[in-house]
Amino acid sequence: MALAGLREKPMDRLCLLLGEGRWPIDIIEELVIKPLHSGDIYASFQFRTQWDTDFLLGSKVSHYRLFPKSLGQVISKFSVRELHISFTQGYWRTMQWGQPFLPSPPGAELWVWFQDTVTDEWPLEVITVMFVSYSCSVDLAWKELTNVLSGIFCASLNFIDSTNTVQPSASFKPLGVGNVTDQRFLRYAVLPREIVCTENLTPWKKLLPCGSKAGLAVLMKSEKLFHSSFHSQALHIRPVCKDWQCKSTSWELRQTLNVVFDLHTSGQGKREWSLFKMFSRTLTEACPLASSSKVYVDITDNPQGELFELSPATPLVSQAVVLGDGRTYSVYDLTDHATFGQTHSLNVLLRWRAAEREMLRPLLHGERYVAGYGLQTGEIHTLVYNNHPYRAFPVLLLDTVPWYLRLYIHTLTVTSKGRDNKPSYIHYQPSKDRLQPHLLEMLIQLPPNSVTEVTVQFERALLKWTEYTPDPNHGFYVGSSVISALVPSVVAMDTNNTQERPLFSSFFPCKEESTYFMRIYTEPLLVNLPTPDFSMPYNVICLTCTVVAVGYGSLYNLLTRTFQVEEPSQGLAKRLANIIRRLRGVPLLT
Amino acid sequence: KFSHLKSYFESTDSPEHFLQNTKYNAGDADVFLSTKMAAPLTLLFIVAITIRAVLFRSSLADLITERVEVVSPLNAWKRVVEGLALLDLGVSPYAGDVFHETPLMIYFFHFVIDYAEIVFMVSAVCIVFLLQFRKQKYALEGDRYPLDCLELIRTPREMLYIPLKVAMFYLLNPFTILSCVAKSTCGLNNAVIALFILSTIKGSALMSAIFLALATYQSIYPLTLFAPALLYLLQRLYIPVNWRRPSFWLFTTQYVFMYLGSLAVMVCLSFFLLNSWDFLTSVYGFILSVPDLTPNIGLFWYFFAEMFEHFRLFFICVFQINVFFYTIPLSIKLKEHPVFLIFMQIAIISIFKSYPTVGDIALYMAFLPAWNHLYRFLRNIFLVSVVLLACSALFPVLWHLWIYAGSANSNFYYAITLLFNVAQILLVSDYFYAYLRREHHLTHGLYLKRKDGSEATLVLK
Repeated sequence: MALAGLREKPMDRLCLLLGEGRWPIDIIEELVIKPLHSGDIYASFQFRTQWDTDFLLGSKVSHYRLFPKSLGQVISKFSVRELHISFTQGYWRTMQWGQPFLPSPPGAELWVWFQDTVTDEWPLEVITVMFVSYSCSVDLAWKELTNVLSGIFCASLNFIDSTNTVQPSASFKPLGVGNVTDQRFLRYAVLPREIVCTENLTPWKKLLPCGSKAGLAVLMKSEKLFHSSFHSQALHIRPVCKDWQCKSTSWELRQTLNVVFDLHTSGQGKREWSLFKMFSRTLTEACPLASSSKVYVDITDNPQGELFELSPATPLVSQAVVLGDGRTYSVYDLTDHATFGQTHSLNVLLRWRAAEREMLRPLLHGERYVAGYGLQTGEIHTLVYNNHPYRAFPVLLLDTVPWYLRLYIHTLTVTSKGRDNKPSYIHYQPSKDRLQPHLLEMLIQLPPNSVTEVTVQFERALLKWTEYTPDPNHGFYVGSSVISALVPSVVAMDTNNTQERPLFSSFFPCKEESTYFMRIYTEPLLVNLPTPDFSMPYNVICLTCTVVAVGYGSLYNLLTRTFQVEEPSQGLAKRLANIIRRLRGVPLLT
Repeated sequence: KFSHLKSYFESTDSPEHFLQNTKYNAGDADVFLSTKMAAPLTLLFIVAITIRAVLFRSSLADLITERVEVVSPLNAWKRVVEGLALLDLGVSPYAGDVFHETPLMIYFFHFVIDYAEIVFMVSAVCIVFLLQFRKQKYALEGDRYPLDCLELIRTPREMLYIPLKVAMFYLLNPFTILSCVAKSTCGLNNAVIALFILSTIKGSALMSAIFLALATYQSIYPLTLFAPALLYLLQRLYIPVNWRRPSFWLFTTQYVFMYLGSLAVMVCLSFFLLNSWDFLTSVYGFILSVPDLTPNIGLFWYFFAEMFEHFRLFFICVFQINVFFYTIPLSIKLKEHPVFLIFMQIAIISIFKSYPTVGDIALYMAFLPAWNHLYRFLRNIFLVSVVLLACSALFPVLWHLWIYAGSANSNFYYAITLLFNVAQILLVSDYFYAYLRREHHLTHGLYLKRKDGSEATLVLK
């Protein structure tokens, strides 16, 4: 410890001397607004903080500057390599809204890749007590990490334990640079019942470099953000390439917030929107710390302005390839004072001129439901749609099912177009009661223009009465299935030069030109379990013990007693007479 | 009618005579069986197999397979198939909490999975063949009893119908049929126990020890059958149960070693088949600690679903000890009557075990015709049979109301399990009472008189 302290001091001095140039921090903020075909508005904020430092190179970092200190300490303490956390209220409707820039399941989702040096971070005693093994110390780190994050985000992440944590083998590969893909260092958990509200938004906003004081973050007024059809806030930490040569890495912190406003119904049927209508604020300045601050509005469907009118008009237009499709955006650069005009505020306004055209069906789409009736058994159906007219592509399907729905893997069927479609890869980890959930991961080839149905039967367990949630007849949630796929793209993807692209198009690494990575989440399930009567534990204990006592008593009776001829019992008068006779010393009556 | 019984009484009590009589009687019965009983028995088998085959092919089979009364987490066929599917996927069947069969069982089914239905039908029929041999014993009881007890002693003619009655009681018992159609592995465990009884009664100590070890290996509880088996074999060899006799100790040690040896072989074989000890916690830990609270006809599920967490361990210990607890007192009380002791132990196991099914009940019910000479001393057989029948009918009704209709709750089903178990307890204790009472009459005469010559009544004191 003393050594570390000594080493720390010159570092600090160095930092002061060299100032910004030593460990530069780059901050970018952007807002994408996309009018959806259903008449809703999709607004996606992204804030990226990129810091060229290394938390794990041995030296203790104590000067975090614009990087949130709470997160930096978490990274170095728990040897985190990648951390992805999202809180979502509502379900993203792919069939109406298309694909989101960053998918997330309803509730809270957390997945973390740990460094392979995670054991070194723990004091020797802990290691010797818990017999040295990687997964063991990863579990320990994971447990503490979830509790710390629970405090940072005011969320129930402390309810993440071994019963809802899994280690997927293929679905969640690291998104940053690095070559460790051993699933022992990965932990994935979803809390589908988590309710997201203001108390989660406030700590999330505090992590932004400008807080909610300046820049795009001023728009985040919670009463407006939560009055929406879909709200999702996420935070991603990962190591990325410092430059295009990728000789060294820097840490990227990406905070995203996605909202879908239902302005069509709340706006009295008018399909107009403006920043002020959505957020009840307008933009007045960029975040002074940010190197880039932009607002993008998707105008792909409106190249000549025949569909809608955007005001104030902007000369800047950007082309980007997003989710396999070329899109066109009008760009408002907030770092440029001219953007704000005479009023010193920017209120982007959109007026519709013509009726909406039909949306193209998304290429990949998933649905899930529970079939069957009664509280004894059931069947989970997962439908995966490939809407591509002529291309088949494989998808990875990940299902995490809690232990109290006992899956029977021999009942697993996968059918496409009425025929059996055997998965080429199945990774199945059966559940352990009260210890670990089921994990089912499989690679399925989706034929072109088809629906693939995956069914598996389960049995509902009766739990101990203390294991039920406070409202047991509401049912139990089962987290979303995760479908990960490389989907054939319409436009050639941009495989190099991720630095220059807008943030929303550069999250998932892209290795091939012809395909792009896509992850979709199905609906979470709500399943009822049989319940005992909660009001009568005492009665049950008493009654069952009585029955056991009846068994014991009757056997005890027969074991200890013997048969004897019954002596006739004397009448009461006779007995009294005998007592008197005994006193008198006269012979007794018989 | 009683001519040759009388000859028993006149004969001395020497072992030689005893043995001769035995042989004569058994041989006589076998000849009789082969000629006269063959036809009805064959007919019975054909009927029993037809019923099962028809049910296997009908749509009812799926319904029966799901019934919680018929299958438990320990012996459900669905879970056997799941275990085999896990093996095919390259996952250890004990990695999850669905499969609880023993490793030998999974390897057995690995080979016969395609013939499962035949295996279950054959095992049901085999059990009947194995239970046949119990008849030999009762003809021997005739000697050394007072003459006025003649009507308590069964005639050889009556004895000859016992195998047929046992066969009918087992094969046509709806509980057995349901258990067989559901392909519950309980039927195979019953077959192992029947093999054990057969080899014990045949006097083969080694086979008896091996099958007892196999039964214990399958489900722990048959461990309590060790005492009656030992008593029976001792009795057969005319070794008195006397602590001071070296011959008693010699034989007991031999039997213990045979039993423990074969148990060790089975456990080690299981270890080498899967190369892990996981099966110990997954099979025996599962039986003893009762983690799966799926409703069944037993007493455990609702009790431990409603149990306060800090009392759980205590009550699990109490309930499990309860199963083994009766062995020693019963062995002392019934040391002269090991076959009845076997019946009592099997009945107690099937009532108080952690995951009972109707298949377990069917096994001890198959013994009931063998005790038909106790019928006159049973006190509440009518009430008990009515309650058992009513409960059997109410199980599916209340299950439907709770699980499917939603108009009842778990208490309804629980109430029926309680009643069903009370009825079973009454049935068993009634038979125990009748047996003891008959023994008393055999030694003291049937019509007891008081000193003054009036008719006396017997009471337990």
